[in-house]
Amino acid sequence: MRSKTLQIFLILLGVLFVALMLLLPLATVLAYALRQGWRIFAAAITDNYAVKALNLTLLAAGITLVVNTTFGIFAAWAITKFRFRGKQALTTLIDIPFSISPIIAGLVFILIFGRIGWAYPLLEAWKVKIVFAVPGIVLATIFVTFPFVSRALIPLMQSQGSDEEEAAALMGAKGLEIFRKITFPHIKWGLLYGVILCTARALGEFGAVSVVSGHLRGKTNTLPLHVEILFSEFRLTAAFAVASVLVVIAVIILILRNIVEYRLKKEEE
Amino acid sequence: MSGLKAPFRRRGNNVIPGFGLSMGVTLTMLSLIVLIPLASVLLVLRDYSFAEFWRVVADKQTLATYRISLSCAGIAACVNVVFGVLLAWVITRYKFPGRRILDGLIELPFALPTAVAGIALTTLYSDKGWIGSLFDKIGVKISYTTKGITIAMIFIGIPFVVRSIQPVLEKLDPQYEEAAAVLGAGRAETFFRVVLPELLPAALTGFALAFARSVGEYGSVVFIAGNIPYKTQITPLIIMNKLEQFNYPAATSIALVMIVFSFLVLFGINLLQSKINKIARGS
Repeated sequence: MRSKTLQIFLILLGVLFVALMLLLPLATVLAYALRQGWRIFAAAITDNYAVKALNLTLLAAGITLVVNTTFGIFAAWAITKFRFRGKQALTTLIDIPFSISPIIAGLVFILIFGRIGWAYPLLEAWKVKIVFAVPGIVLATIFVTFPFVSRALIPLMQSQGSDEEEAAALMGAKGLEIFRKITFPHIKWGLLYGVILCTARALGEFGAVSVVSGHLRGKTNTLPLHVEILFSEFRLTAAFAVASVLVVIAVIILILRNIVEYRLKKEEE
Repeated sequence: MSGLKAPFRRRGNNVIPGFGLSMGVTLTMLSLIVLIPLASVLLVLRDYSFAEFWRVVADKQTLATYRISLSCAGIAACVNVVFGVLLAWVITRYKFPGRRILDGLIELPFALPTAVAGIALTTLYSDKGWIGSLFDKIGVKISYTTKGITIAMIFIGIPFVVRSIQPVLEKLDPQYEEAAAVLGAGRAETFFRVVLPELLPAALTGFALAFARSVGEYGSVVFIAGNIPYKTQITPLIIMNKLEQFNYPAATSIALVMIVFSFLVLFGINLLQSKINKIARGS
């Protein structure tokens, strides 16, 4: 049958594209990480600098998650539960970090807190360091992942409407109570979805962090930056070993994302 | 005209509490984290004359970076539209073993850290890598050329196109295609005259998203690009180079060009999106 042949051809073409373009790079990471055996692999990922870099990456991602989840919930509440002028403009402004190059995301913080920045004299007086230090890394990570949670929540809360919240408010429920008992159960999977996407990007951010980091080994080096340093020193096995840690995290995130998305679709039905 | 009304003020009567608090938190955080930092770009350029600005952004080497970034991103986005439509079609319309895995894998470029993708692609396509060595035999170099840049951009752009088209295809009722077939249209004719026009706005959105992301992308492109001026230096890389030379005004000037460009793309995407919403509502 012609239709069946076409179908199989299209499926094969799609599978081939994904295998070549997406899976092969992934296989490259694992193959190079293990090409000199498990001992060298284990040594590379338990290396003191690698562990410190992992800790910094987790710290930055953790703070980012708290900040952006807080923002996402408040922003989604304001945008979906009320009518006001400038709503479209507000949602567009929130999306700005998605459309800006990560290099520029890092640059703007240098322009504020760096040597030429307008906040520099203030920081000097207080003896605080922001760029080329940990706070700069955290700020840059927050910037690039800023819209993730609100983006996941807004369409979901819009489609759910606010009748139940209105009824609860009329019966005298307080704001926090309404959110906890009525809104939250409806949005928990959507919230988790946004949090997962935000985590993935925060753990892997490279460009923005690279600009503000200063690349001090053991101090301001995140895991992706550590991978870059090892790679540019031609220590390929070590670079890919550390990268494979990030790959494992990415695959776990991908699986979690699919489970949550499945739950989300079920909830909608 | 009823005169200008202040923005971000509540309208209509609504009993739900928390408007002041949620709007306050939203605007404060948005200003502190996004708007004020972005405004610093203009603040820095204030002491910089237009002639100086223009000399940097229209410099021969800078112009070459725009050309390389835009052409590679354009080609990559075109490839992504073709394979994005194909993948979205296969995933939504056909049932086959491994369909859900294929669907999940599309998201890989979002989940994989860009630096990891960057070193993996560079090694894979270098003259010693699995694919690069094959091409090396016929004298084609991929890593450290614009071909490599384009491949990295295809990698990061593909999920944008698939995810833009998928929801539209899911909503598109196969009955239209059946009707077209009953009326005597061939398969190709049905696809090009019935399905494709419905997909066009979504495909364009996907194209724009992938294109914008590719132009701004750093991590997955920087390793495979190789940073050769006039040949493989992309715009984010020249900004990075100026920063490393502590030439902040020059870096900021080129950054401003990129910001204006991405705002234009964002504006275009929003226009397209409102058109798609109209189609989805069925008018």
